[in-house]
Formats: sequence, C-alpha cells, structure tokens
Amino acid sequence: MAEAEYVLELRGITKIFPGVKALDDVYFKLKPGEIHALMGENGAGKSTFIKVITGVHAPEEGDMFLNGQKVSFKHPTDAQKAGIAAIYQHVTNYPDLSVTENIFMGHEKIQKGTRRIRWKEMHEEAGRLLKELGAGFSPKTLMGALSVAEQQIVEIAKALSVNAKIIIMDEPTAALTKNESEELYRITERLRDNGASIIFISHRFEDMYRLASKVTVFRDSKYIGTWDVDEISNPDLIVAMVGREISQLFPKTEAKIGEELLRLEGLGKTGYFADVSFSLRRGEILGLTGLVGAGRTEVCETLFGVSKHDKGTIVFKGQELKVKSPKEAMKVGIGYLPEDRQKQGLVLQWGIGRNITLPALKRFSNKGMLNNRKELDLAKQLAEKVGVKAKSVFTLASALSGGNQQKVVFAKLLTGDLDVLILDEPTKGVDVGAKSAIYEMISDLANAGYGIIMVSSEMPEIIGMCDRVAVMREGRITAILDREGLTQEAILAASMDDSAPATDGKKGAGA
Amino acid sequence: MKQAATNSAALQGAGHDKSGSLSANIAKFRELGLLLFIVILSVGVQLRNPSFLTWENISDIATNTAILSILAVGMMLVIITRGIDLSIGATLALSGMVSALTVSQYPDLHPLLAVGVGVGVGLVCGVVIGFLVSWINILPIIATLGMMNVFRGLTFETSGGKWVSAHQMPESFKAIATGSVFGINNLILIAIAIYIVAYYFVSHTRTGRRVYAIGSNPESAEISGIRTGRILWLVYSIMGGLSGLAGVLWVSKFASAQGDTASGYELSVIAACVLGGVSIAGGVGKLSGVILGAVLLGILNNALPMINVSPFWQNFIQGSIILIAVLVNALVKRGIDRNNLMRRKI
Amino acid sequence: MEQRLIANKKELTLKGFFLQWEWLLVLLLIGVFVMNSNLSEYFLDSANLRDATMGFLDKAFIVLPMVFIILLGDIDISVASIVALSSVIMADLYNHGVPMELAVIICLAVGTICGWVNGLLIVKYKELSAVIVTLATMIIYRGIAYILLEDQASGKFPSWFKFLGWGYVGGIPFILIAFVFFAVVFWILLHKTTFGRMVYAMGNNATAARFSGIQVDKIKIIVFTLAGLMSAITALFLTSRMGSTRPNIAMGYELEVIAMVVLGGVSTAGGKGRMIGAILAVFLIGFLRYGLGLVNVSAQMLLIIMGVLLIVSVAIPQLKQRFAYARRK
Repeated sequence: MAEAEYVLELRGITKIFPGVKALDDVYFKLKPGEIHALMGENGAGKSTFIKVITGVHAPEEGDMFLNGQKVSFKHPTDAQKAGIAAIYQHVTNYPDLSVTENIFMGHEKIQKGTRRIRWKEMHEEAGRLLKELGAGFSPKTLMGALSVAEQQIVEIAKALSVNAKIIIMDEPTAALTKNESEELYRITERLRDNGASIIFISHRFEDMYRLASKVTVFRDSKYIGTWDVDEISNPDLIVAMVGREISQLFPKTEAKIGEELLRLEGLGKTGYFADVSFSLRRGEILGLTGLVGAGRTEVCETLFGVSKHDKGTIVFKGQELKVKSPKEAMKVGIGYLPEDRQKQGLVLQWGIGRNITLPALKRFSNKGMLNNRKELDLAKQLAEKVGVKAKSVFTLASALSGGNQQKVVFAKLLTGDLDVLILDEPTKGVDVGAKSAIYEMISDLANAGYGIIMVSSEMPEIIGMCDRVAVMREGRITAILDREGLTQEAILAASMDDSAPATDGKKGAGA
Repeated sequence: MKQAATNSAALQGAGHDKSGSLSANIAKFRELGLLLFIVILSVGVQLRNPSFLTWENISDIATNTAILSILAVGMMLVIITRGIDLSIGATLALSGMVSALTVSQYPDLHPLLAVGVGVGVGLVCGVVIGFLVSWINILPIIATLGMMNVFRGLTFETSGGKWVSAHQMPESFKAIATGSVFGINNLILIAIAIYIVAYYFVSHTRTGRRVYAIGSNPESAEISGIRTGRILWLVYSIMGGLSGLAGVLWVSKFASAQGDTASGYELSVIAACVLGGVSIAGGVGKLSGVILGAVLLGILNNALPMINVSPFWQNFIQGSIILIAVLVNALVKRGIDRNNLMRRKI
Repeated sequence: MEQRLIANKKELTLKGFFLQWEWLLVLLLIGVFVMNSNLSEYFLDSANLRDATMGFLDKAFIVLPMVFIILLGDIDISVASIVALSSVIMADLYNHGVPMELAVIICLAVGTICGWVNGLLIVKYKELSAVIVTLATMIIYRGIAYILLEDQASGKFPSWFKFLGWGYVGGIPFILIAFVFFAVVFWILLHKTTFGRMVYAMGNNATAARFSGIQVDKIKIIVFTLAGLMSAITALFLTSRMGSTRPNIAMGYELEVIAMVVLGGVSTAGGKGRMIGAILAVFLIGFLRYGLGLVNVSAQMLLIIMGVLLIVSVAIPQLKQRFAYARRK
C-alpha cells in the first residue's frame, strides 16, 4: 500500500453550535513529519477545529482522513487510540494525583494476570520521559504543585507515552518565558525528529518562523489558505488573518483627551502581577496587551473590585481608591466588560432585557420593588442603542450570536453612571460585522468622555484603536508605547522582552 | 527578595521536590498530629480514670472502632468522588434487622450465610443509591437523604416495629462479633482484612486510582474516557455492602436489632473521615488517615463517659470536630495555595 | 446608529401557560383529595380539613426561605436542628423565670443567629459547600439543645402561647393565617423585588451576578439568616402545638421541607422555580400525609413515602432533560 501523502486531512468540515457556526467548510492537510502552524484571530475557529480533530466535537459536515483512511471519532478516546494527542492552554489534569499518574491515566502499566499497577515501572518510565524533555522535577510530584510550564511538559510527556503520531499544541508558548520557549522549540523539534507530525496554534509569529514549515489561516470560521512559511510576509499574513487592511477596519476618530481619571502606582498582587503603573485620561483609549497569562485580566479585576491588591495604590479622580466589590467600583464610576461573556457577562438562561437591567436594578425600582414597565423601556432603549439584532427583549441570551451577546454586555455598561470602562477582549469570538459595530461604539464612548482601557490580544485591534498601549509580560509592564511607536514589532518585542526587571537570570531547563 | 534560584518558574529539580511535596508533608504532619493527639488523650483520660487503659476497655474501644473504621473506608471512597452518603446508618439498621430476623427464624443457619444476607441487603441499598446518583444524576445529598428515610422506614416495617433481642438470636450468630481467632476479636480481624483489601484496591488497581481521578477533576475524567458513571455506581455499592456488613456485626455485637439502630451514626463516620484528612472537595484521602481518625473518634466516644462528660455532649463535640476539621483543611489549603503563588516569580 | 425596533411585549401562548409544572401540582392536589376522600369518609369534612392544616403547617414556614436557598443552588439541612435549639432555649428560659414574651423573642433571635452563622461560614469559607457546613451545624445546634435539656421535656407554657398553634381567628386557624401572611411576603420578596431578581441571577450564574454588581455574599447571608428566623417561627408553632419541647423535636423536618421545595418545581441546580409551586407542594404533601394518617398508615410508612417523594421529585426533571437531550441527538 502506497504511503499516504498526508498523515491527516480534513475536508469540508462544518461545525455548528446553537446560534453560531464555529467552522464553515474548512480544509486542512498535514504531511508526515511536518510542523504546521494554525493561525487566526481569537474566535476564528481554531480551538473548535482542534476539538474536532481530537474527537471532542463531531462535525455536522465534512470528512477526516488519517493516513488516507476515512475516520470518524465518537469520543476523545477514539482519537487518542488513533495516535492523536493534544496539549491545551488550560491544562486539564488531575491536580491531586502525581505526575506519573497523570501521564499514564488511561493506559497504566499493569501486571498480566493480577492486573496490579506496576508503579516502579511507571515511575521509571515517567522519570525517563521527563528527563528527556529536560524537566528537573520528580515524577512523584503532585500535579497541582507544578507551574504552568512544568504542567505543559507533563502534557507533552503524556503524548510521548502514547506514541502520539499527531501532536497538537494550543498556544504552547503563551505562558512561557523566553528560555522556556526555547526549551519548547527544542522539544518540539525533537518530537518531529522522532516521527511525529505537529500542529500548533499560536499568536506569535516568532513561534511560526522558528518551527513551522507551513501555515494555515482561519478567519471567521472559514478556511483562508495555506502557505509555506517562507513564501508569505507578515503583512500578508495579517491581512489573511484580519481580512482587510488594518487602517480600513477601525473607524477611530480622534477624541478630545481630558484630565487624568485613573492612575495606578506600583500596583501588585502576589503571584499575579507586580509594579504595575500607568495612567488613563478622559477620552483616551489605553490598550493593555501581552500574551496570555501576563496578568492583564488580573489587573482589571483588581481595578473592578473583584480581587484585592497587596501593594501599591490606585488613584481615581484624584482620590485613593479602595473598592472591595464590583458594586463599589461601579458606584465610584468604573465599569468592566468581562473577558468571558458567557461565564461572567451574561445570564444565558435569561432574556436580553433582564440581562441588561441586572446591574442597574435600583434605577427602575422603587424602594426595592421592581417596576416592569420602566424596566422594559430601559432595556429596549439600551438594546436598540447598542444595535442588538433580535426580535424582542425577551429573546434568550443563549440564542444570540457572539457579536450580539457582546453587544448586550456593552448595554449593561451603559446602565450606570461611569467614567472609566475596562473592556476585556471586547471582540473575542465576534463576527466581523459586529466587530466594526463594536469598534464604532468604543470610539463613540471615547468621544463622549469615557476613559477606556482595552485589553486585547489582537494586534490589529490594538494598533487600530488605541492612543497608547501598555504591554505586560509575566505580571509586569514592559513598555508603554505611544501612537508613534505603535508597531506590531514593538508590541511583540515588549511582550517577549526579557530585559525587563524581574525576568532575568532564569536558569533554562537544560541538562 | 528575588531568590531567582529557588523561586524560578523554570524547571528546577530540588526546588520542586521541596514544595511539591508540601502537600504530602502536611498529610504526614496531620497523621502524626492525630497519633500524638491519640496518645495525649489516652494519657490524659487514664490519669483521670485509671480504668481507661484496662485490657477490657481497650478491647471495647477496638471492637467499636472496628465497625466505625469499616464504614469509614466506604465513606472515604464516596467523599473522594465529591459525594456524601447520609444513608449508611439506615442501611446498617436495615441489613442488621434483616439478618437478625433471618437467624431468629432459621436458627440453624450458618453464621457466614447470615453475614451474607446482611451484606446482600446492604449491597442492594448501595446499588439503588448508586443508580440514583450516577444514572439519574441526583445530587448525593438529596439521594441519600431520601433513601435514608426509605431504608429506615423499611427497617421498622420489616420488624413490625418490634425488636429482635438477644434470646431470639442463636449463639452462633452472636459469636460472629464476640468470637475471636488466636485471641484477636473477629471484628478487628474483619476490619484489618477490609483495610488490606481496600489498600490494594486504592493503591494498586486502575479502578481505585480512577476513583481519585474522578474526584480530582470530573470533567477531565469524563473526556479521557473513564467510565465515571460506572465507577460512581461502584463506589456507592461498595459503601452499601460495607454498611450491610457493619449491620450484621453491629447487631451481633450488641445482640439486639432495633428500628433506630445506628441512628445518626453516619455523622460519626463522616467525622472520622474528615479528621483523617479526607477532603470534602474530592480527590484526596488516605487510608492511614482514616484509620487514625476512626481510632481517635472511637477513643473519644469511649473516653468521654469515663471522665464524666455527659453523653449529651457527644453530638456537640462530634459536630464541632467536623466543623473544625473542615475549616482547618480549608485554611491549610489556602496556605498551600498562597505558598504556590509566592513561589511564582512575578 | 440604525434605529431597530425591538418588540416589548412578551408572547404568551395558551399551551405554554398550561404546560407549567405548577398546574401539574394543582392536578396532583386534586388527585390527592380524590384519593383521600375515597380512602376515608372523614376526609372531605371542611372542619377536618381546616384542622388538618394545623397539623402540617408548622414546618411550612421553613419552606418559604428554603425556596431561596435552593434557588441559589445551595441547601440547608440544619433547619430542623435550629427549630430544636430555639425551642429548647425558649422553654429553658421560661422555666427559669424569664417572661414568656421575652422568651419568644429570644427564640426568634436564636434562630436568626443560627441562620446567620450558617451564612457567614458558607460565605467566608467558600471552599466548603453548604452541604458540609449545614451538616456540621445540624449536629452542633441540636447538640447544644441536648446539652441544655438532656433528654428531658420542658413545658407548661402560659395559655396564650397555646393560641399560636391551636387558636382560631374568625373560624380560620391562626397558623393558617400566619402562613398565608408569610407566604405572601415571601412571594412578593421573590417575584416582585430587586432582592428576588438578584437571587435568581445568582442561582443561574453567580459569577455574572457578581460582575454585574450584585453583592453575592451579603445576599447569601441574608437568605440563610431568613431560614434561621423562619425555623424559629416554626419552633414557636410546633412547641405551641405540642405543649412542650424536647431536644429531639422536629426530627426529619429538613427532609420534608426540602421535599416540598423540590416537588414545588424548584431545581436543585439553582435558578429555576417559583414560590407558588412550593406553596402548592406544601398543601399537596400536607394533605397527603393527613389523608394517609386517617387510614392509619404508620409513621414509618410515611417516612418511606416522603423519601420516595423527594427522590421522585428530583428525578423527574432530570429524566426529562436526559430524554430531551437524547431525542435532540
């Protein structure tokens, strides 16, 4: 039998969830021994695609071929048995069990006959794998005690232990230091040399240039194209990912910049971020970017009263701020658009109206008694203002598209009397049409005098919308860039910058 | 403050064994603490009442603790899966009653068969609960709260409201609990046997490890193909079977089967587990801790009357033990998490 | 921005209206009446029915705040113990010379404090579930009652106290009037106030509620405190009915209360359910019990029935979901 040209091939894959088409007629081909980068903005469909490959989701349409043979996975274990392993960003493992157990769960070594677990062998094998990957910790360590980078190594060891032929990595370097990333590159190449084919999702062009030979781009759930990494230039790649020239997309108008609203001085929270200082003025859009795990959301949550800070001060409108809850933050004038709109921003079981009015129950109630008429009027008014496309305010939030859901969360922000808006990934998972509507809204809000902090991982968005950008890395601010110095390269450099204060002198993982 | 070497997030060997086994150290610390407390308590009680450390009394403590610890093994498994079982007292009563009624009807029945009857009844009870929890997805608290009443009601109904007393039980039956082999009481031997089997199950079989996996991360377990439903069913069935066994042993030991036997006993069992370091959040629990917890509780229950503490204080003390133990567990976990955070070099 | 018209009126369908759980309860209630009147000729006597309510309404007061607790996705199994403790302390104080009026107020205070402690522990130690906290306090509260009163009974209350559980106002039992009063209050609280709305939000998505500025901790504490207070009210009526009290009164009340709430259509997952359902369930279970009692069904048999009822009430929505999901696939 002739060896198949592609070790993995997907044709015409479509995946639909209630209300949203996560993948629309998508194609993909992976050659044996290839390292293939999968790129695209947040919400382009990459994660869903990975879940289809690993058998977590079954596509509504389309076929998957493994070494030329058609396959269909009913359950993740089918994919595992077929030699496909995935290493995710949010590691799913058993924190209370040892590294060895995590590696071997599901395929433990047992004694023939008595079915007893062969601990000694498993520990030895695990230790061997760890050593090969350059890890220094004992396989008997509890998973929960390891750092994110270490847990990732264990995940890779897991893939190795099942002789995975196709290894998928989802944002593998997102939470790693430069040294750790180097280690990961080394390990990845090693895996390839040992016969595995690798797909990885990354936002970092560095990763792509360093490792991949081919790159595929998804955008808005669609397949855009596949190129040799040498063939395509950065700007072309960005265009493929974003769809238009950056300047076209963003209707940013220059707003009048006013007085200082917010100032952070040496803000710190043990284990999450330290020494964070920046300021925000009225009418200004301050971008807050960095790789996943840099601490951006944690800073925002501290500003919004969701968590407490240990060091430093926040000065808001000239006074020191000590908010203990979101309610207090909102009262003082700070609003937050949460990162995860389904888990943090909306009550999916409710209609649009009830969701919008939730933060502002006091506004249309009299001594605690609800007033339905007033509530509906307010809800209708705000829903229309943000442009939610729905039949009525009673339409369930769960039935809305990502973009419309996000608009509802925006509407919630408009119910209060706020001065500062913190928007955490405002266009994540939102289709292009809704995206531009949201950008317009953000522009209008800046013009209206709000001070806006916009957290985003999408480079084009940051460059297109922000007046200034603060870049975070491993819990610290590595740069604050003005409009003139605002280039992709500058931001990337600052995101991965290793010369910043606390990120020095790390011993690389290395024999 | 920048101890780059030890606090680095890079892959350091020595640093990790130290703090990675912080949890393991705390577990050892806890067990040592329990052991110490047991010793201190025993010494203290002995000083107040010299008849505490007599052979007779110790034997009494041991046999009571034996039953408690048999149940605690089952409860440990249940709690590890993030569940709870409030029905075991009722299951115990039901199986005890059924086996007692059986031997009073058929006095020539071999005692092992009587035990079999009890275990059988307990298994059925456990299987029912396992079904409710794993297949119908009813919350364990609700399922066991409801079935507790059903089993208790059945206990009364089957006995017609009457007790089965000592003279209705054949000697062979009563000897189950009072008999001994090589001078060691049967109950203790049975408990030891159960622990050995449990140890093997929990540490050396895949199913046993999967019980922990399910408790540690249920979603992950589901995705990696572990038959969570089946294992949950198994866990509650085991609990039921052990309760059934305990029922026969109880009724044999006290030579009496009543409608309200072991009423509220499940709380003592939960206390023993929690004391022994089994985490209510799931995924964590060691047999060694559970034994110590059961022993401590057994000693306490015996000791309190000896130092003239009114039996009416027992509930309060038990409840406080549970509360303090889970609070301490929570605080310790917070400390560990904080420690992990501080190790992160930010 | 383009002006889009969004409809403001909710679409009501006749089918949707009648397909609600609460109508099923009404049917069941009618069914219970039919069954009972067949079982016993004494059932359909209005005086008997009226007096029957005096038998089961004592625990109904706890059902009202329990609806809130289960809507939040929590549970409280210590309520019966709170009843016992508040009753015992009241009796003990009265027997040591404290005027009954004051003792009653202290009874209410004790219940409130017990509930407040529950809420505080649950909120301050989020690692602990409501299950384990109320399990521990369940033992502790009743334990304190045992310490105080051991296994004695305590009674001989003033005659006006008897009125609570036995008296009539205009031919209607006082306890029924009191229950209706509180039922209306709690109904309004749940369905017509911002507080109720916030509880529903928390039950459906506690994180989103928090991010929307709802003081989730404070609300949780209030809800558990209310449960404690209403348990104390139950203590008043129960003690009045029995004429005396012991530490083991109200045994098993938590099971029946939770059964009434769950049967009333309140989901244990939180966020779904209505007050009217629980109220209907109170009468449903109450009259069922009464009717069975008339034909001398034993107390133990009733235990079994209650247990089965609880389980069936939770099982039905779960099974419904399971089959709907399977059908959709």
